[in-house]
Amino acid sequence: MVGEGLTTSEEGEEESPIPPSYRHHRRNSSSAVAASCDGFPKHSHVRHPSGADTERLAASQRELAESDSRLVFLGDPGLSDPRFEMPRNSIRTAKYSLIIFLPRNIFEQFRRLAYVYFLVIAVLNQLPQIAVFGRGASILPLAFVLLVTAVKDAYEDWRRHRSDRIENNRAASVCDPHSGRFFSKRWKEVRVGEVVKVLANEGIPCDMVLLATSDPTGVAYVQTINLDGESNLKTRYAKQETMIHPPGEDHPVDPAGFIRCEQPNRNIYGFLGNMEVDGKRVSLGPANIILRGCELKNTAWVIGVAVYTGSETKVMLNSSGASSKRSRLETQMNRETLLLSAILIALCLVMAICNGIWLGNHSDDLELAQFFRKRDYSDRDDKDENYNYYGLGMQVFFTFLMSVIVFQIMIPISLYISMEFVRLGQAYFMIRDANLYDESSNSRFQCRALNINEDLGQIKHVFSDKTGTLTENKMEFQCASIRGVDYSGGTSLRENGEEHCIVAASNQILKPKMSVKTDPELVRLLRNKGESEQGKQAREFFLALACCNTIVPLVVDTSDPKQKLIDYQGESPDEQALVYASASYGFVLIERTSGHIIIDVLGNKQRYDVLGLHQFDSDRKRMSVIVCCPDKTIKLFVKGADNSMFGVIQNKVDLCMIDATKANLHAYSSLGLRTLVVGMRELSRKEFEEWQSVYENASTSLMGRGKLLRAIASNIEKGLLILGASGIEDKLQEGVPEAIASMRQAGIKVWVLTGDKQETAISIGFSCKLLTSQMTQIVINSQSRESCRKSLQDAIAMYKKFAAISPDPFENILTGIVSTRVPMALIIDGTSLVFILETELEEDLFKVATVCDVVLCCRVAPLQKAGIVALIKNRSDDMTLAIGDGANDVSMIQMADVGIGISGQEGRQAVMASDFAMGQFRFLVPLLLVHGHWNYQRMAYMILYNFYKNAVFVFILFWYVLYTAYTLTTAITEWSSALYSAVYTTLPTIVVGILDKDLSRKTLMKYPQLYRAGQRDERYSLKLFILIMTDAVWQSVAVFYIPYLVYRQSTIDGSSIGDLWTLAVVVLVNIHLAMDVRRWNWITHAAIWGCIVATAICVIIIDCISTLPGYWAIFKIMGTGLFWLCLLGITVAGMLPHFSAKVLKEYLMPSDVQIVREMDKFWRIAATTSEIQNE
Amino acid sequence: MPKGGHVDDYASMGEGLATSDEKERAWGQISETEKGDDNVRGGPAEDDDRRSGAFFQILDSRFTQQELPACKPLLTPTIVISTFALIGILFIPIGLASLSASENVVEIVYRYDTECIPQQSQDDKVAFIQSSATDKTCRTTLTVPKNMKAPVHIYYELYNFYQNHRRYVKNRNDKQLRSKEYELETTNCAPEATTVDGSPIVPCGLIAWSLFNDTYSFAIQNKAIEVNKKNIAWQSDKDEKFGSDVYPKNFQQGGLIGGAKLNESIPLSEQEDLIVWMRTAALPQFRKLYGRIETDLVANEQISVTIQNNYNTYSFEGEKKLVLSTTSWIGGKNDFLGVAYLTVGSLCLFLALAFIVLYLLKPRTLGDPSYLSWNRNPDRH
Repeated sequence: MVGEGLTTSEEGEEESPIPPSYRHHRRNSSSAVAASCDGFPKHSHVRHPSGADTERLAASQRELAESDSRLVFLGDPGLSDPRFEMPRNSIRTAKYSLIIFLPRNIFEQFRRLAYVYFLVIAVLNQLPQIAVFGRGASILPLAFVLLVTAVKDAYEDWRRHRSDRIENNRAASVCDPHSGRFFSKRWKEVRVGEVVKVLANEGIPCDMVLLATSDPTGVAYVQTINLDGESNLKTRYAKQETMIHPPGEDHPVDPAGFIRCEQPNRNIYGFLGNMEVDGKRVSLGPANIILRGCELKNTAWVIGVAVYTGSETKVMLNSSGASSKRSRLETQMNRETLLLSAILIALCLVMAICNGIWLGNHSDDLELAQFFRKRDYSDRDDKDENYNYYGLGMQVFFTFLMSVIVFQIMIPISLYISMEFVRLGQAYFMIRDANLYDESSNSRFQCRALNINEDLGQIKHVFSDKTGTLTENKMEFQCASIRGVDYSGGTSLRENGEEHCIVAASNQILKPKMSVKTDPELVRLLRNKGESEQGKQAREFFLALACCNTIVPLVVDTSDPKQKLIDYQGESPDEQALVYASASYGFVLIERTSGHIIIDVLGNKQRYDVLGLHQFDSDRKRMSVIVCCPDKTIKLFVKGADNSMFGVIQNKVDLCMIDATKANLHAYSSLGLRTLVVGMRELSRKEFEEWQSVYENASTSLMGRGKLLRAIASNIEKGLLILGASGIEDKLQEGVPEAIASMRQAGIKVWVLTGDKQETAISIGFSCKLLTSQMTQIVINSQSRESCRKSLQDAIAMYKKFAAISPDPFENILTGIVSTRVPMALIIDGTSLVFILETELEEDLFKVATVCDVVLCCRVAPLQKAGIVALIKNRSDDMTLAIGDGANDVSMIQMADVGIGISGQEGRQAVMASDFAMGQFRFLVPLLLVHGHWNYQRMAYMILYNFYKNAVFVFILFWYVLYTAYTLTTAITEWSSALYSAVYTTLPTIVVGILDKDLSRKTLMKYPQLYRAGQRDERYSLKLFILIMTDAVWQSVAVFYIPYLVYRQSTIDGSSIGDLWTLAVVVLVNIHLAMDVRRWNWITHAAIWGCIVATAICVIIIDCISTLPGYWAIFKIMGTGLFWLCLLGITVAGMLPHFSAKVLKEYLMPSDVQIVREMDKFWRIAATTSEIQNE
Repeated sequence: MPKGGHVDDYASMGEGLATSDEKERAWGQISETEKGDDNVRGGPAEDDDRRSGAFFQILDSRFTQQELPACKPLLTPTIVISTFALIGILFIPIGLASLSASENVVEIVYRYDTECIPQQSQDDKVAFIQSSATDKTCRTTLTVPKNMKAPVHIYYELYNFYQNHRRYVKNRNDKQLRSKEYELETTNCAPEATTVDGSPIVPCGLIAWSLFNDTYSFAIQNKAIEVNKKNIAWQSDKDEKFGSDVYPKNFQQGGLIGGAKLNESIPLSEQEDLIVWMRTAALPQFRKLYGRIETDLVANEQISVTIQNNYNTYSFEGEKKLVLSTTSWIGGKNDFLGVAYLTVGSLCLFLALAFIVLYLLKPRTLGDPSYLSWNRNPDRH
């Protein structure tokens, strides 16, 4: 009590400029409070505020100067926004307008490096000295890509324009400030300060502060599903002060009223402001505003004043794009791209040097050589004039630049574009996958990040949140401990035969929507009117459960007109469970307004005035409520986590009871139940008055209000009498144990990071089969750095001991001894992690954690979650995935390589921060094992193949250039060069990248071990890159030298042999692709064969242009048998090494994927052999 | 399967499910291989309109579930061996046929660039060839090795002449060649674009300028053999690329003569030597058709050849050859293709044998689960 007094005085000093006269404007002040708490002196101010206005205004002036706040004048947009600086309420999700589309879109596109490369090459090509291609052919690839992207962007933008237009032209009902009548206005014309009326089931046009609602107590319900994904109704309040004179109808808007609030920000759960109306100052919080994107429900109408409009609304501020992570494959790919650049530069250098040597050797000849003609004789006056010859050095330099242009596709820029298409296709299939569709929440898989699809196939560590992710976050009250006595023998009501919770109210029966199993003994105890201490406390316990919450009871009609159901809506599922439980035990919460609640206590309706409410926060880990009971006593009810509650209990109580409660708590949490401790204290009038004065000060202050309120709450929550404790079951989500088992088989380590207690975490670990009884548990639960170090070293020693018993697994294979390695589990708590993370002990923890099969971290703070993810991410190459559903998982989701949000009940922030979002934890299995596997296999193959196909082409060009005196002539027409990577070969890679499946979904789910292919980087590595590049060199040799040797001494012209090379290379690379396709459906057939046909058609079209030198060449050469023999010979000779190597590899060193494919194909044989094995 | 219920729920919404079921059945008949796959079908399809939000409907499609009927080829030993054997069996006859075709081609090659320079000019061949005073006529006798059936093609073969040189290959203007109205079009033709006074050269550019101008005449026992120089160019070039209304103009009148002059009264479409020359060769060693001898040549006949050795290949160490050759279906004499086909074919046969041996020596049951990595060493995770 001493401390409290001290703090109060401090608060008083701090708040000294604010006179006590208006302190009654506390959050929930209402006439109701005054009516029922007549005994208290302050009540009279509620209705009749008086005096001190000048002082108050002075105070607010001071704040105006110092705070960065926005002033909104009620009903007066002109005064609120005199210079039209605030945005109108029209929203604009579209990026472009008709005029700026072209420049802006091109600018956006060129922010990618790949396009800049294209551009540089195209610009280089415009220089007359080094123009290799004609203008058209050099710009074509870039123009093509830009055009495709621009058309795509334009289409998307057009759709956005359309939806913006619909949205902006919706009708809002706006109040004329003078007459008080409402008239219709379009949404886009609504301005800050205008008073807007919204009817039930209408969308809310902008962020508004509530002034009045149809409910006499000022309550309004909104559905925020579009904003944060939560489907339950949220309660919002209009202030009593503004409820008295609702604007509109006959009341004009109070011209003197104004609101001071924060500048727009993106925090959808926060709002700070105050309002001056009727000369009173009222504080405003997040409960007083309704946000754009929400819908009004269960309320006939609300009237509010617009404070943020259009792009400043919180929903618009929150619509940010997806995070930009880069996939591991892409990172690895960059390494190979660098190698390719090196090859490119090497080729260009070879060209330049050879050209220099050739020029040097022939320097004497060139003047007369007909094909060079170094000198220009046409100008007879100046005999020495050189024709297009710039000296040896410059010629070499130009040759170098020209080589870069000619060999540009060595760097497969088109790959980046193909990859985007492929990811788009993969995302489409993931989104459409029926196995990732959650029926219960009607939510589909969401791909928020489009650039890390393939990472899903390489995950080694999954970091999972517990609540809402592994568990359903649907709580069920299981047992109670009251005064140390455990009541957990719950039976369902129907079995009892009696329904305690029915409430008759004017011929109507009210019934809670859900009933909870009740303990008969406890029910008897409660019904027993005898004043046993135990019974009294039990009643107080349930009264506390019914009072101390923020649940809103909603009365829902049923088919039976006499019967109505009470639906408890609230933001915390724990509270819902507790209120349903108390209802089942006969303490039914019937009505809540901002000032009072009505509870049916075992048949008697009682009114409790809520005088104050200290909300839950993660520092205090408890919430409390101060109520004025019908008998005029003032009670403080507190509920909270055990460790926080046992710190604030009354000292003199009997320790036996506390110990018994603690024992019960331990028992509950080892059953996997979530525990809460409930306490109470009766407040003396003096205490209450002291509290009230500081509480009012704090709740109207604009700055640091939260901190002040927290301090006040901690002050009053002291010396509590422990009533008892509750145990709530947190139900596991469907399929969690199976999913974890699958992932473990797949070689994915699952770590659970939870804020729960150690016992709870362990019990959940057991129930979801994460922990098994065979496991050795290493528990690190230390209070100091030294003990942490010791625990870790013990753990390492223990691991070494086990390792000594069971020798290296590699030896096991050789010796055939079955290993006896004991699986280990590490359980570590947040306090220990404080001493370990970001210190030198991290290394030890990493060692221990990586040898353990399971890691459970309990009592961890959000930032620690991220720290643990970082521990693995920074110290190993392993891919990490974090999955969670709550705001506390955001940091972890953003830290991990892949972040997955569960669109569950705890809001939408996790989803907003995530790369992928889905409805259920178990979807992780098909996502990783099936889609992840496919995505990785497809993307890895596609990258390698693209490197290969472009390299083949470049090498063919290179070989030819060796026979043109190193002057970079291409026999393949420039148009074919430009079209090669864009048209001739791209479509099949995209189709295969999207559609090829190495194994069916069923097989992948059946053999989770197949997932390890991705973890082992089986499909993409430097080795594979070198192999495929070697193959590319061989194939280019085959393509180039077979026609070269065949036609060496013939009359062949450049265009004809160029056409042969073009067709040969396209056929060859497509056959190569065809050979690697695992699954042929009609689309694949169409793409691959269609591309070859398309190439032939393109070549024919090019050769039909009579102004090109190659006119008619293709027809001439196609008419000869030699051409077809060359084509056949090239294809067979080119593919021979690849085919043989593939056959050898598949036969002698089959990968798991290969064996399972064979099993799929010959499933009968496979079934019988496995049966034999089993027998 | 948990999805079944929900698919059924949506089925009642009537999205023409019956038809899709039929389709599926039909697909099932087409592709038996699919039977192993689970028939997951149906999935939520969202109306894209943002504000209709959670409006879902089922799109009953194998496509979205990636279950399109497909064929899953696998390289079984049978397929591998028969592929190799088939290629071998196909390639060896083709190789043999090519070789024999090539054998049947009779070819006479005569390199004359050095021999046609008189002894006294051997030290300065360039001066000899550049001089207009010297007599460049050169005579020799060639023996026919085998009977040569008409038509016998006469080619000139140049070596070390880079007709594919970047400066050279683009030095032409196809528009100008094609029609009279583009006579002034001389882009890309510098330095042979215009005369000193600025009037256009037709045909312009280095390629035309460097037109080959050696001539050959043949005689057997002092009886001249007629050389048919008609239809040596592609018909398509004559019809479309070289205009019948375009006549040579200002050609070969610059400071340096590159090669042949053109008769200004004959349109370009009839200047077949030019047309042949302007179809630039792919490689620095190339043949171009000069004409045809329409009479059979008998073995051991002595052909006396008169060469006008005008063309300067001496400044760049080029070679000139005269080639008389018959043709076959694979073109001229070329053994490479036949040899290549024989090599690849026998390699494939060898590989087929090698794989048979491999499959016999190291038999592996396809799809044997005991080969799976986790079955081989169950401990390693």
